[in-house]
This record gives sequence, structure tokens and C-alpha cells, in this order.
Amino acid sequence: MKHRQSNPVWHCLLLAVVLLLAWGMAIAGTAPEETFDDPELEERYHSIVAELRCLVCQNESIAESNAELARDLRSRTREMLKDGASDEEIKAYMTDRYGDFVLYRPPVTASTMALWAGPAVMLLLASIGLFIALRRRSQMEDEEVSEEEKNR
Amino acid sequence: MWRYILPLGILLVLIAFFWRGLQLDPGEVPSPLIDRPAPNFLLQSLHDPEEMVSELDLVGEVTLFNVWGTWCPGCHEEHEELMRLAHEENVRIIGLNYRDDREAAIQWLERLGSPFERSAYDPDGAVAIDWGVYGAPETFVLDHEGIIRHKHVGEITHEDIDQQLLPLIERLREEAEAG
Repeated sequence: MKHRQSNPVWHCLLLAVVLLLAWGMAIAGTAPEETFDDPELEERYHSIVAELRCLVCQNESIAESNAELARDLRSRTREMLKDGASDEEIKAYMTDRYGDFVLYRPPVTASTMALWAGPAVMLLLASIGLFIALRRRSQMEDEEVSEEEKNR
Repeated sequence: MWRYILPLGILLVLIAFFWRGLQLDPGEVPSPLIDRPAPNFLLQSLHDPEEMVSELDLVGEVTLFNVWGTWCPGCHEEHEELMRLAHEENVRIIGLNYRDDREAAIQWLERLGSPFERSAYDPDGAVAIDWGVYGAPETFVLDHEGIIRHKHVGEITHEDIDQQLLPLIERLREEAEAG
């Protein structure tokens, strides 16, 4: 029987193709857009776009999304930074148009109160419940012990 | 006794929340522009680059401002309904041609008929950002003073018109008459 040996050259070629594809995807993901000369501006740019939600694809920030709207908003952010806008001004610009929903960290208002306080309230209620349950159990154990003692 | 009532109560509250959640459309984000004047803009008219369209063209009567593009499937879907609004109910509709090709858009309207009094041409979506547009179709309802009173996200269906838009338009027209 003839055993077919796999050719190491083919393996290398295959690996090269896979790496090339991965590299292409990585480039597409980060989108070759222009950068700032000033590293401080570049850093502010990245922190702002990471905090803005893409409304078309709601589980992505506009930094991650390849949607056209996200691209438009990224370039608008870049323009505003170049014109000397502050982070607050850029965020206000976005919320004036798209509402608080574009912010991944919405401001504390009457309508977002439940969102912000919810987890803390839940934790508090759960702790109280646990405390009561544990105390009741230890009381019951004490009573059982005293019953046993009486029977002795 | 509490041992049974408490978990049951929690379960009922959860069911109520989930039930409500199922009925909400996460794609529909409330617009901060409601009850505010139309954002200023100045764009070329789709049909004639010499002619300009601005927010002033939205004032004077109850008007629909519809964001559309030939690339947008929902715009095809709602086209017939917009035609009905424009030609049977005499509602003025101004279009915002969004991220589109001028020639393709003009041909689209010639082929299907135009519900628009005119359309503004916004190929790079700059004006759309000022209106908080995040997709197409989107439709704004403006009163006679050019104040945005309602925003409809997604395609307009026959039911949307009969149940929401026409009653609202009727109300806004009465407001306009009352001054």
C-alpha cells in the first residue's frame, strides 16, 4: 500500500495563506484611518470613540464598528479635536443629536436612576435577605440544641 | 407563608419586566430633537445643483421630512405608502437623499414616481448627523412652524399611517389653523 506523505512545502504555503488572511482581517478591523501627529490628541480620540455607542449596531462602540455612520462619527470626532474642542463639547455634540443613548456611561438623571442605582439596591436587598436567613437558621440550630439538652 | 409569597412576587415582577422588554424595539432610540426646531442646513436640491434646500423649506405647513436612499430596502417598502400620503392625503413631504448617487436617485424617482415636493442631496451624510439620523428610512413630522413633533424610525407601514401619522398630522393641522 502506498502511503501518501504530506508535503511540508504545502504546509508552509497553507500557513502563509492563513496568516495573510488573518493579517488582512486585522487591518480591516482597525480601519486604516489617518492619525494625529500629537500623541495626546490621539489618546483623547481613542478614549472618546470607545465611549460612544454605534446606534446601527448597538453592541459596538463607534471605535469598533465598520458601519458607515460610525465612520462618519469618527471623522467628525477627529475634526472637532483638531479644531480644539474639549471632550465634553464632543460628547455634548453627540448627545444633542443622538441622545444620552450614545454614551456608554449615561449621566445620572431621573430616567437613568434605576440603571445606576439598580445593582447597588439589588446587592443591598440580597445581603439583607441572606442576613435574615442565616440568623434564622442559627436560631433554629440553637433551639434544637437546647431541646436536646432538655432531653438529656 | 412568606417562604412562598416572596419568590412568587419576585417571579411576577421579573415576568412583568421581561414582558415589557419583549415589546420594546431596541432599534428605536428616542430622539432628543423632539419639540425642537429643525436643525439648520443648506444642501443642493437633488434634481438641480443650482437650487438649494434649507430648513426654511420645511416651514409653513405640516411637513414630513423623509430620509431615503435607493440603496435602502425599507425605502422601497414604504414608497407606496409615502405616495398615498403625498397624493391622496395632500401631505407635503420633503426628502433627504442620504448617502446616495444623484443619477441613481433621480432615476429611481422617475421609475417609481415621486412622493417628494423636493429632495435635498446629502451624499456624505453630513446633514443627516445633525438630524441624529442613524439609518434609513427615518421620517420626521414637523408642524407648521418647523418644530419637530415626531420621529418615525424604520419603514412606514399602512397601519403606521392610519393609526399614528394621519391622526397626528390632523391634530397639527388643526393647531396651525388655530394659530
